[in-house]
Amino acid sequence: MAIFGKLRWISRSFTSLPANPLRICVVGSGPAGFYTAEKILKAHKGVEVDIVDRLPTPFGLVRSGVAPDHPETKIVINQFSRVSQNDRCSFIGNVSVGSSVSLPELRQMYNALLAYGAESDRALGIPGEELGGVYAAREFVWWYNGHPDCRNLAPDLTSTDTAVILGQGNVALDAARILLRPTVELARTDITSHALDALEESSIRKVYLVGRRGPVQAACTAKELREVLGIKDVSIHVKQADLVTTPADEVEMKNNRIRRRVYELISKAASSGPSPPLPGQRELHFVFFRKPDRFLESDDRSGHVAGVHLEETTLEGDDLGKRIAVGTGIFDDISCGLVLKSIGYKSVAIDSLPFDHYKGIVPNVGGRVLSDSTGDLPQYETGLYVCGWLKRGPTGIIATNLYCAEETVASISEDIGKGVLTSNSSKPGREGLLQLLDSRNIRVVQFDDWEKIDAEEKELGNLKNKPREKLATWEELLQVASE
Amino acid sequence: MFISKFSRLGAHAIKSMVKAPYFTPRTSYLPVVHNHYLRTLRHEPFCTGAEKNADEGSEEKKKISVTFVDKDGEEKHIKVPVGTSMLEAAHENDIELEGACEGSLACSTCHVIVMDVNHYNRLEDPTDEENDMLDLAFGLTETSRLGCQIIAKPEIDGIRLVLPAATRNFAVDGYKPKPH
Ligand SMILES: Cc1cc2nc3c(=O)[nH]c(=O)nc-3n(C[C@H](O)[C@H](O)[C@H](O)COP(=O)(O)OP(=O)(O)OC[C@H]3O[C@@H](n4cnc5c(N)ncnc54)[C@H](O)[C@@H]3O)c2cc1C
Ligand SMILES: NC(=O)c1ccc[n+]([C@@H]2O[C@H](COP(=O)([O-])OP(=O)(O)OC[C@H]3O[C@@H](n4cnc5c(N)ncnc54)[C@H](OP(=O)(O)O)[C@@H]3O)[C@@H](O)[C@H]2O)c1
Ligand code: FES
Repeated sequence: MAIFGKLRWISRSFTSLPANPLRICVVGSGPAGFYTAEKILKAHKGVEVDIVDRLPTPFGLVRSGVAPDHPETKIVINQFSRVSQNDRCSFIGNVSVGSSVSLPELRQMYNALLAYGAESDRALGIPGEELGGVYAAREFVWWYNGHPDCRNLAPDLTSTDTAVILGQGNVALDAARILLRPTVELARTDITSHALDALEESSIRKVYLVGRRGPVQAACTAKELREVLGIKDVSIHVKQADLVTTPADEVEMKNNRIRRRVYELISKAASSGPSPPLPGQRELHFVFFRKPDRFLESDDRSGHVAGVHLEETTLEGDDLGKRIAVGTGIFDDISCGLVLKSIGYKSVAIDSLPFDHYKGIVPNVGGRVLSDSTGDLPQYETGLYVCGWLKRGPTGIIATNLYCAEETVASISEDIGKGVLTSNSSKPGREGLLQLLDSRNIRVVQFDDWEKIDAEEKELGNLKNKPREKLATWEELLQVASE
Repeated sequence: MFISKFSRLGAHAIKSMVKAPYFTPRTSYLPVVHNHYLRTLRHEPFCTGAEKNADEGSEEKKKISVTFVDKDGEEKHIKVPVGTSMLEAAHENDIELEGACEGSLACSTCHVIVMDVNHYNRLEDPTDEENDMLDLAFGLTETSRLGCQIIAKPEIDGIRLVLPAATRNFAVDGYKPKPH
């Protein structure tokens, strides 16, 4: 029944378009997906863009990654929502490419732009990684941000007073802040209630942020660092010896404003020194020049982590900015009951898609997917493009995807100009996709269905003085979407 | 979070009043601009900060000339009421300046380059928070600023602002494009 309504609505929205518009399907509704959609729609009046996402909710990591205490960063969803209001654009949620519909099927119906991000994790490949209490930061972030796939993660925050976070990027700092920030402050954010409840009960008092390189190479940025250094009632610990810089460090800082400002903030925090700890005060320890060697198993809780065995490192290599950490053979341990591995996300390959497993990206030049890069002349997949973390790897802020989208859309425009991409009646686009999904009993979630979820979440949030209370299970999300 | 941002903006406002003798002091100056901007985006009726305070002194009614140079090098000359941010001004005049966080100092997409050092020097120094976002701006230069933090005032009449070119520098955050 519902599908008929949809089809009628679709044929209505076709009226303003050429009889046979060029149909592009964007896979993934994060910043990369929305920015590309926006730019394609703007540059090509005869193009129709559908954005599919495996979740019933749009906006990718802006919803499931960006920290709850960063509401300003999420304002960008206003702009993305305006893109969805375009007559030539539709959001089609609850559609997972690779399972609901295969990539070859999708490509029969559309030209495709893949922007499905990075939903797995880089691995350390060291003993003990599978122990209980060791999580990928991605899982922890999904848990507190209400991604339905991690609703039941239930990290144990009550059996230990110490957490070790491996990595010193911005995700590591987000996780540290969530663990250390007074919960009364978090209670005013859109953090999920299940996470807030667990954090209120948390016995974690000490968080170690462990980097394999030095303070000059720390991967975080100044804003995030300033924030974590400024958390109320947390004492900051940095070893003075780690702050000694080498001539190579000095050059690195001279060439890179971010590195210089990050180093300055860390050394300032170190020189103001930890005030004598007040009873119950929380501690944040920056540990530099240590790489994880293995995880230690608890004696009295079998299968659970009890600590991390770390090897001291020094930096080697001539390529400034890319000096690598090498072990010195000297080891020490940090005892802890919780470990978050925050060493980077990783994209997942789907179906028949060309994939560079080493870099974890779809091989491409300027966003055009390479089918074969071995010969002299690159061979491209016709009508297949890539953008965002899937194209560049899992780094960069929201704005990086804007410039990344500009590049991919320039390639698409060039191909449209050259006639490589033409509208083609054998590509039925949205109508074909919706029919196929209907035949598979997959209930899609369109933008107005998402708006029901959005309204419900805001209403629930209102009752608790929060901007929103996220629906965090598949059942609740799909239930509210279909009301 | 909101509270700390508010007080930060407040501090900035006080600083700008101290430094800018032409200004009629008023409290909560920046937040007014910010709210006005959000209202503009929601297409609700609004009055600009300048209009709202028109009775506070004739200085407020003034407009200054601003030139935007877009990515293709094309120039657009506009008049901007004193008290309005360059981000608002750009949007009111269909100039393609991004503003992902709508002026909340959380995105760096409103990055502009001030063409003339003299104009640049007449602006308030960027706050730490603005510098933190500038760190992440693409194609950062010595005279880069965030468009949402440049507020029109008589001293910068005639200012020329360049939108960073389309040939971007991806070096930010460690990423460099490499042909395969
Ligand atoms: C924890 C965290 C916090 C961050 N905080 C900030 C911040 O404060 N400020 C900032 O500027 N940047 C921040 N970033 C970076 C920013 O979120 C990323 O640069 C950006 O989201 C990457 O965009 P993307 O579109 O490539 O991927 P994503 O945002 O991950 O979007 C991918 C989308 O694809 C969907 N998808 C996945 N697989 C499939 C499939 N098979 N079929 C269909 N759909 C699929 C996903 O559901 C998702 O919606 C943060 C990143 C993380 C990890
Ligand atoms: N507020 C924000 O703007 C915000 C918030 C969150 C995320 N983000 C962005 O999202 C992107 C992803 O963030 P991220 O923190 O996941 O990644 P990241 O910035 O790349 O940091 C990864 C960290 O893991 C370390 N690491 C990698 N492999 C390791 C190994 N094998 N052993 C030990 N350490 C290892 C890295 O150290 P090395 O440097 O030695 O490799 C680095 O400290 C970043 O670009 C970030 O800026 C932004
Ligand atoms: S609009 Fe986001 S920082 Fe200016």
